[in-house]
Amino acid sequence: MRETTPFKAFRAVVIAVLGLFTLIPLYAMITAALKPLRDVQGNFTWWPSSLTTAPFVDMWSTVPLARYFANSVIVSVSATAASVALAILAAFAVSRFTFRGRSVFTTTVLSTQMFPGVLFLLPLFLIFTNINSATGIQLVGSRLGLIITYLTFTLPFSIWMLVGYFDSIPRELDEAAMVDGCTPLGALWRVVLPAARPGVIAVAIYSFMTAWGEVLFASVMTNDANRTLAVGLREYSTQTNVYWNQIMAASLVVSIPVVVGFLLAQKSFVAGVTAGAVK
Amino acid sequence: MLPYVLLAPAVVMELLIHIIPMFVGIWMSFVRLTKFFLANWSEAPWAGLGNYRLAVDVNSSIGRGLLMSFGVTLAFSICALALSWGLGMAAAIALQQPFRGRGVVRTLFLVPYALPAYAGILTWNFMLQRDTGLVNHVLADNLHLITDRPFWLLGGNAFASIVTVAVWRLWPFAFLTIMAGLQSIPTELYEAASVDGANNWRQWRSITLPSLRPVNLVLVLVLFLWTFSDFNTPYVLFGTAQPPAGDLISFHIYNASFLTWNFGSGAAMSVLLLLFLLVVTAAYLLITNRRSRRA
Repeated sequence: MRETTPFKAFRAVVIAVLGLFTLIPLYAMITAALKPLRDVQGNFTWWPSSLTTAPFVDMWSTVPLARYFANSVIVSVSATAASVALAILAAFAVSRFTFRGRSVFTTTVLSTQMFPGVLFLLPLFLIFTNINSATGIQLVGSRLGLIITYLTFTLPFSIWMLVGYFDSIPRELDEAAMVDGCTPLGALWRVVLPAARPGVIAVAIYSFMTAWGEVLFASVMTNDANRTLAVGLREYSTQTNVYWNQIMAASLVVSIPVVVGFLLAQKSFVAGVTAGAVK
Repeated sequence: MLPYVLLAPAVVMELLIHIIPMFVGIWMSFVRLTKFFLANWSEAPWAGLGNYRLAVDVNSSIGRGLLMSFGVTLAFSICALALSWGLGMAAAIALQQPFRGRGVVRTLFLVPYALPAYAGILTWNFMLQRDTGLVNHVLADNLHLITDRPFWLLGGNAFASIVTVAVWRLWPFAFLTIMAGLQSIPTELYEAASVDGANNWRQWRSITLPSLRPVNLVLVLVLFLWTFSDFNTPYVLFGTAQPPAGDLISFHIYNASFLTWNFGSGAAMSVLLLLFLLVVTAAYLLITNRRSRRA
C-alpha cells in the first residue's frame, strides 16, 4: 500500500475518531475518581471543582472492598493456576500422541466454548445445590464453586491455543530429550514448556482476565462473605446515594492489574491467538 | 495409556461443568421445576413439552416476552457485529504501515478490551445518566443539539446505548484479530499490484479482503456468538431496570428464571437458544465451506 494523501487523511480520521471513542470514557472514569461527591451528583463537569483523592480512601469503607478484592484474587489466581496446569497436560497429549478419541475430545471441548454461559447457569446451580445437600461440600456461595466453574470455562480455548504452540515446536526436540533418558513428562517439562513460554503466559493472562471479569456466575453463586469485585462494585449505589466517584475510583483500581498484565503480554497474546487460528 | 492420564483431569472438569450440566439442562426443560423441587429434584413432576409450549406461545406474556427479546437480540447482534468488524478493519488498515506513535495508538485501542467488563460498562452507565452524565452534557450544553435531555438507559434509547457500549468493548478484539491476519499477507503482493497501477482501494478489495477471508470467517462467527449471548452488558448497564429495548436474551432468561424461580421454563428457553445458535452456526459453516470450494 502507498502512503498517498487520501490514505494519510483516512488514517488521521480513523485515529482521531477511534481515539476519542476510546479515550472519552477513560477520561470520564479517571476524572470522576478525582472529584468530590457533589461534582458527580450535579451536572457533568469536564474538570473537578476541586481535585481530591478522597474517593480512593473512602471506597474501602463504603463497601467491604478489601474483602471483595481478596475474594477476586483468590478465585482468579486459583482458577488460572489450575486451568493452565490442566490445559498444558491436555494440550501435550493432543499435540504429541495419537490415540483413540483424540478428535472427539478436541471437537467436543472446543464446541463447549461456543455455548452461551446462561445455558450452564441453571443446571450448575441445581447440581451444586444438590452436591451440597448430599455431601456437605458447599459449592454455591463458596469460592470453590466459582474456581472450578471459571477454570473449566477457560479450558477449551487454553487447550486449543497451547496445542497450536506445542505443534510449532519440533518433535525432534522432545525425541532427542527422550533419547537422553527423559520420560515424556520430563520432555514436556524440560523442552516443550520452556520453548512454549509465550503461549503459556498468554493462556494464563486469558484465564485470569476471564475469571477477574466474570459477572454471570459471580452474581448467582456468591454471598456476602465470598462476593467478588464483579458483583461487589454495584453496592456503591444505595437507595439514597450513588457514590459515582468511589465507583470510578474502585473500577480504576481493580482494572489496573489486568490492563497492565494484558498490555505487557500483548505480543504473546496475539501470537498465541494467531498460532491457533492459522492452523 | 499416558495420553489418557494426561487428559483425565481436563475431561473430568469438562464433564462436571459442561457436558453433564448440558444434559441436566435438557432434562430440566421437560420437568416442572419450581422452587419447591430445587433441593429434591427427583420428585419434580414431568411436564413433557409444557415448558416449551409456554415459551413459544406468543399469546401468553411469557412467550411474547421471549419473542421480543429474541428480536432485540438479533438486531443488537447484527449491529454490534457489523460496527465492531468495520471499526476493527478500519483501524487495522490505518495502522498497517509503520508511522511514529503507532505502538502507542495500538496499545490505547486495546485498553477497552483489556478492562474488566464491569469496569468499562459501569463507566458508560455513569456517562449515560440523564442529569449527571457526560453524553447529555455534550449534546445539550457543549453542542446545543438538544434542549430536552433524553433518558439513555430507559425506553427506546436503551438499544442505541447497549450497542454503543458493546461495540466499545468488542471492536478492539476485531482489530487485534484482523491486525494479526494482515501480518501474514506477503508485502510482495502489494508491491506487484502497485507496479500494475492498482490504487489503495483496489488493493484492499483484491488483496487484503481475499487474504483475510479465513480470519474473517472465524471472526464473524465468534463475534456473532458472543454478542448474541451477551449477558454482562445488559446486566451491568441496566441493573434491575430491564428496558425492553435492551432486553438481550441471556439477560431475559436470567431474569425469567431467578424472578420466578421457575427453572423448568428457564431451561426450556436456554435449550431453544442453544438450538438456534447451533442451527445458525451449522448453516454458516455449510454456506461458507461450499463457497470456498467453488472458489
